[in-house]
Amino acid sequence: MIGSLAGLLSPFPGICNATAPYGPLILTWDAMISFTLNGEPHALDLDPEMPLLWVLRDYFGLMGTKYGCGRSQCGACTIHLDGAPVQACATTLAQVAGRSITTIEGLSPDGRHPLQLAWILEQVPQCGYCQPGQIMMAAALLNKHPRPTDAQIDEAMSRVLCRCGTYDGIRRAIHRAANPEVQNG
Amino acid sequence: MADAANGPGLSRRTLLKVGLMASGGLAFGFRLDASADVETTSPPPGELAPNAWIRIYPDDRIELMLARSEEGQGVMTALSMLIAEELEVGLDQVRVVMAPVAPAYKNRLLGEQATGQSTSVRDAWVRLRDAGATARTLLIRAAASRWQVPTSECHAQRGAVHHSDGLRHLSYGALVEVAAGLAPIEQVALKSPERWRLLGTSPQRLDVPEKVRGRAGFGLDVRLPGLLFATLYRCPTPGSRVQAWVAAEAMRVPGVQDVFAVRSGVAVLADSTWAAIKGRDKLDVSCRPSSNPRLDTQRIEARLRIGLKGRSAVARKRGNVSAALASAAQEIEAIYQIGFQPHACMEPISCTADVRSSTCSLYVPTQAQEAARAVACQMTGLPSERVTVHTSFLGGGYGRRLEQDFVAEAVELSKAARRPVQVLWTREDDFRHDYFRPMTLHRLRGGIDDQGQVTAWFHRVVGPSVLARLKPEAIRDGIDGAMVEGAADLPYEIPALRVEYRRADTPAPIGLWRGGGYAHNCFAVECFIDELASLTGRDPIAMRRQLLVGRVRQQKLLDHVEARFGLSATPPDGRARGLALVSAFASHIAQVAEVSIEAERIKVHRVLCAVDCGSVLHPELVRSQIRSGIAYGLTAALKGEITFTDGEVDQLGFDAYPLLRFDEMPEVVVDLLPNEADPGGVSGLAVPGIAPAVANAVRVLTGKSIRSLPIRLGGL
Repeated sequence: MIGSLAGLLSPFPGICNATAPYGPLILTWDAMISFTLNGEPHALDLDPEMPLLWVLRDYFGLMGTKYGCGRSQCGACTIHLDGAPVQACATTLAQVAGRSITTIEGLSPDGRHPLQLAWILEQVPQCGYCQPGQIMMAAALLNKHPRPTDAQIDEAMSRVLCRCGTYDGIRRAIHRAANPEVQNG
Repeated sequence: MADAANGPGLSRRTLLKVGLMASGGLAFGFRLDASADVETTSPPPGELAPNAWIRIYPDDRIELMLARSEEGQGVMTALSMLIAEELEVGLDQVRVVMAPVAPAYKNRLLGEQATGQSTSVRDAWVRLRDAGATARTLLIRAAASRWQVPTSECHAQRGAVHHSDGLRHLSYGALVEVAAGLAPIEQVALKSPERWRLLGTSPQRLDVPEKVRGRAGFGLDVRLPGLLFATLYRCPTPGSRVQAWVAAEAMRVPGVQDVFAVRSGVAVLADSTWAAIKGRDKLDVSCRPSSNPRLDTQRIEARLRIGLKGRSAVARKRGNVSAALASAAQEIEAIYQIGFQPHACMEPISCTADVRSSTCSLYVPTQAQEAARAVACQMTGLPSERVTVHTSFLGGGYGRRLEQDFVAEAVELSKAARRPVQVLWTREDDFRHDYFRPMTLHRLRGGIDDQGQVTAWFHRVVGPSVLARLKPEAIRDGIDGAMVEGAADLPYEIPALRVEYRRADTPAPIGLWRGGGYAHNCFAVECFIDELASLTGRDPIAMRRQLLVGRVRQQKLLDHVEARFGLSATPPDGRARGLALVSAFASHIAQVAEVSIEAERIKVHRVLCAVDCGSVLHPELVRSQIRSGIAYGLTAALKGEITFTDGEVDQLGFDAYPLLRFDEMPEVVVDLLPNEADPGGVSGLAVPGIAPAVANAVRVLTGKSIRSLPIRLGGL
């Protein structure tokens, strides 16, 4: 069913790590779908139409990718597909065949990506639910524009909603991560 | 990851979730105990539990119990600081554990174990510091008795008791056994504010490291062995019931395990969330009645409009308003209308329940643990000591998670399925079946004498009763306190004043919303004050100053915004400033919104706030709550509302009910004006004032009075 689960961390170790569906598997789809997830190769035999969001959450136990709307309207499930930001709720398993997926869990080996550190220093999160999506969107922005302007930040980050209004903290954190010498100097 | 220090014999309970945090090895434990479902509150041998809030282990681990829900407002950090300050420990030395349901954890301002209405810090202010001080005193006595010295020679610091000789010290863990044998402490003195190390500073939030790694456990992140995922088809019209349903197509969806009807609808249980969602799409359900013409925004509005006249209940009265209005040199009347608003928490509604023959465990993002347990007891027939409530992080709450509808569903489904079940509400469900902030209408009348003094104030609030469903016993003499707050406790001194409430119930499901009744009443009040000001030719600050007789705290806020932001000074080209002043939750705020209109759209550039919430525990938490309240309030003021057509909600997603976006967030400046008063609430504080502040600025720009929310620039 699943090629590898090594190194997966779940928010509830010992209880969850939902490695596979519960009960006997119904193998309805013949074609294995192969992809790279956070640097590791995987092959899955699931409904090809299943949104990647649920593959990540229910089959890999990767809980950092959040369900917010299921219609690509809120950005809480933003991940990287071959380095570009996409919404996992609107990306089917079939669409990721042969491609490389990065989630918040794989953004950095130790959870200390410059954006994550900047997010801590700027104390961005409140309820925190949208923050993995915010960070993944910001990371994709920095991949494209290492020193983004405010206009570029506006354009990218307006695709991820936050009900707590942490937007100004997000802007500061992106500038901090993009311009480390300014903060340290 | 295992909790290596949690050795056998120290604790019967197993701490299953331990996340090491970056900032100094701090961990937040979400206590999940799968083997023994019933949590014991009495400590196992070897651990010191001087009260319900603190556990100290011989290996120096210190646990603080958190009995309020962390929904972004920062209670995990703020409440821990209160204990840590007096216990003399650093935040890096403690682990925060979610508390079970117990009488000791009741929120005395709400009368139950719950989080809401900006009460957490007010309830905890003395009580949690007392808890810390009691434990510290006990540990000092233990050290003094070990060393055979008077307690006056001992002091506590960073988790250890030190002797004044500078040589001897014992960690709290080393004192556990001796302290456990001492008599309990009766009365302790709290530290005076000048000796505070933590309170008044802004340490990093305890929940942030996990939240930026995507590892914070929210309700939808709960996983249990054998868990089934459930969605429900609920009849779209409130009050409508399932008549018939066909499950054949749904059962054919791979992964769907079962389909059956429960009280709130038809449930699809599956081995993945996707199968549960897809299965529900394939259901064929008919409901009766299939529509409800009475649940229609226009009809509701018409019904409320009738209530603007005729009988009513009096919430507050002084002098004779009719006579004062009759003798006034000038009189104005204005009708304000405020639409329905959803909660729209970023995390959709969910609950996970594990009902067994003799126990029930809930894993739930709830604001009301005690009520959740009561629902589970009622539905399972189990006594309360057999029901455990595990509170996860909340992806927003705002009053929605005070409700128990989703808890009841999970319990009913788990009981029927004999498996743990996680109920997921889709975003569409969340909009469709919310308990909305009610629509209200407001009739205000004001009288001014020939000196320009306001001599009469009349305010009638017309709307459905929120408490009629939630707390009927709290309704007295026809007054629903939740509907008139902000109107009945008007801070302005006016010789003749009358505030009325006309209850007009509607078929729309309604509930508590961020900012409570202040969120609608302060809009009407603060807009009307500006209308009176223009009538007398006074500026909005002068007008309020004149009416705030003896209200020193509010006067200071007005002085501050005037001096700091120069309300009367001309703002940059094309912009105008609007003011609102709100006193709520034992706090006060003055907000100035700087607004322009571009391409017939309202743009809020800056919001300048002066805040007096008494003693400030954590300045940055206060500032973030003010920013948060402004974002929440701006969505409701500018972006949209909920409407009903023929019994159904019209807005079912963020396309139809858009939230304030990143590029629409104004710059927010928050100046804190602390004082010695006990702390007031801040979570809901900035919500009520932002709409009238923006409306008052728009009025300056357009010359037209704004009398409805959300603000529409129709006809410009």
